[in-house]
Amino acid sequence: MNTPQDPKNALASPLASRTGSLVHAAVRSRLVWPAVALIALLVTNVVKSPNFLSIRIQDGHLFGSLIDILRNGAPIVLVALGMTLVIATRGIDLSVGAVVAISGAFALSIIGGSDNPNSMGVVLGAVAASLVFALVLGAWNGLLIAVFGIQPIIATLILMTAGRGIAMLITEGQILTVSSAPYKVIGGGYWFALPASIIIAAALFALVAILTRKTALGMLIESVGINPEASRLAGVSSRVIIFMVYTFSAVCAAIAGLMISSNITAADANSAGLWIEMDAILAVVLGGTSLAGGRYSLTGTLIGAFVIQTLTTTVYSIGIAPEITLVFKALVVIAVVLLQAPRTRAGFARLRSRKGPSVPSAPREKAIVR
Amino acid sequence: MSAPTTTRPSKRPTPRPNPGGLGTGARMLLSSRYASVLVTLLLLVATFAVGSVRYRGFLSGQVVLNLFIDNAFLIVLAVGMTFVILTGGIDLSVGSVVALSTMIAASLLQSGWSPPAVILTVLVVGTTLGFLVGLVIFYFDVQPFIATLAAMFLARGLCYVISTSSISIVDPFFVDMANARIPLAPGLRISPSVVVALAVVAIAFAVLHYTRTGRTVYAIGNGGQSAMLMGLPVKRTKILVYAISGLCSAIAGVLFTFYTLSGYSLTAVGMELDAIAAVVIGGTLLTGGSGFVLGSVLGVLVLGVIQTIISFEGTLSSWWTRIVIGSLLLVFILLQRALTPRRR
Repeated sequence: MNTPQDPKNALASPLASRTGSLVHAAVRSRLVWPAVALIALLVTNVVKSPNFLSIRIQDGHLFGSLIDILRNGAPIVLVALGMTLVIATRGIDLSVGAVVAISGAFALSIIGGSDNPNSMGVVLGAVAASLVFALVLGAWNGLLIAVFGIQPIIATLILMTAGRGIAMLITEGQILTVSSAPYKVIGGGYWFALPASIIIAAALFALVAILTRKTALGMLIESVGINPEASRLAGVSSRVIIFMVYTFSAVCAAIAGLMISSNITAADANSAGLWIEMDAILAVVLGGTSLAGGRYSLTGTLIGAFVIQTLTTTVYSIGIAPEITLVFKALVVIAVVLLQAPRTRAGFARLRSRKGPSVPSAPREKAIVR
Repeated sequence: MSAPTTTRPSKRPTPRPNPGGLGTGARMLLSSRYASVLVTLLLLVATFAVGSVRYRGFLSGQVVLNLFIDNAFLIVLAVGMTFVILTGGIDLSVGSVVALSTMIAASLLQSGWSPPAVILTVLVVGTTLGFLVGLVIFYFDVQPFIATLAAMFLARGLCYVISTSSISIVDPFFVDMANARIPLAPGLRISPSVVVALAVVAIAFAVLHYTRTGRTVYAIGNGGQSAMLMGLPVKRTKILVYAISGLCSAIAGVLFTFYTLSGYSLTAVGMELDAIAAVVIGGTLLTGGSGFVLGSVLGVLVLGVIQTIISFEGTLSSWWTRIVIGSLLLVFILLQRALTPRRR
């Protein structure tokens, strides 16, 4: 076809085939559906309010609906980030909502109890203390699951049950409101014209992406999720990996908790982080990470988290009663779970092979991996 | 799954004369499948004894009966959960279904439906929801906790759709049911809800121990594959347990409306955890195959006694309940691990 005599053709053709295969890969990728959903939601918003995408600069800060989505989505991104690694090891962490409540309550109780809530040192100390507390809570989950071998759902259920009680204990049943300028920055302030929460979430996301994809860590996590016993026999210390992901998940939840409490300058032990575990699981599942463990996609989780946040924003902006959001989310979860189910996938595969056996299945499997 | 079941008979020592005289009875009790229920019974007696020693007026018949009155809905919920957990599954949607039941009941009564029609509708909705969850779990091979998590979302969302504010119930039948007390003896009374709850327990007990369905439930928990190979109706039974759990949640929802006389979409948040905790404390294995409905009732009573102690204490805040329940859950799960070291 492309003879070397024709230099123009020789240059163009590989390029064309490369873009062709890119489109092909994109269509087959697991990321395509969440991405389509995200774009569809954004388009809906633009149709409804044409200046939806506009971002303006005011007092040196960026403002706009997109920035709002990014900022409000930051806690979900963080919790979902930790949840992705947990789910990749074939686990689940139901306690993140409780950890969100505890960390906000703990930090605010320290700041509120100090003499000078506006001092930077006090705030840094409070943040550090609640992160350490979260580390302990995560280690507790990890201990139960990795060392005692309790099923993840049950082990984290314990902290989910007791956790809100602990948060109530810290706040003494009150809603703590503390005004502290340095603390307010975490969830409501700006760094370099961008909301600080976006930068924090992005930094942590990048750190995890580099740590798991540029080192063997990601592969080890996946191997534990695919077959814990086999990876143990292959010399992977499954217990350490499992212990680590639960600890990390709790720390992520704690940072999210700090953001939420800082944004509203209050710690509400009852409603802070309520159902955030559902949002996080939904983000992970939407992002194409299988609940059966193994391969995971951080980018998918990121897209999934923003789909959820945009959905919430859209529901408000197009005037649907916000009460319906939960039903809508539930229907989305059900649809995604059913589409992901092995039975459905097998059914689709059978349909495809009936249509034409010409497509070899091996490349498709490869495309699905990432 | 099947490996531990096959090794188990060889582990159990054959009965032989016991020269130590510790009593074969005691040894049998410790090694038998009733051991965990006995532990729960001891715990119940112990917590009750603690309460009786600490507070005057705690050791009375009416306090015991109040445990049943205040927890009638939880008993029904725990019964349904026992069925599900016996098959090795879990149902996280029960709390939301209770809330949905209260909302449906309250809103239908508000629009003038007659009480029997309302109760029937609630029961049908709950059972249908459970049945659908069962279908999803079985036909699509979805893990139970994910399917029931989605159902939990859905039911809670439907509550919000009905109304976000609390609807109070003024229907004379419901008010009568809330206030009626059946005298048992001088100074001892129970509510009609308790009768309903105990009837549910009795029916569940009969189904689990005297019918084929009950034996199939236990067989599935001990290994679905072997149950299938034995020719038991695994499919039907697996779907059935979720329908049963849905029905029980709906009954619990009706009892809960009798108790609170209102429908509110944020009610019963976290009640699924109480139900699971009651079942686990009652000695049912979370991996399935072993446990008793009566154990779950004991579990509910333990939770009730703890709540009563905390309310008698007065200075202790209600959030301690959650912490204590969490700790108890932990202790019993660790106990389960210790009692069944081979099961994974």
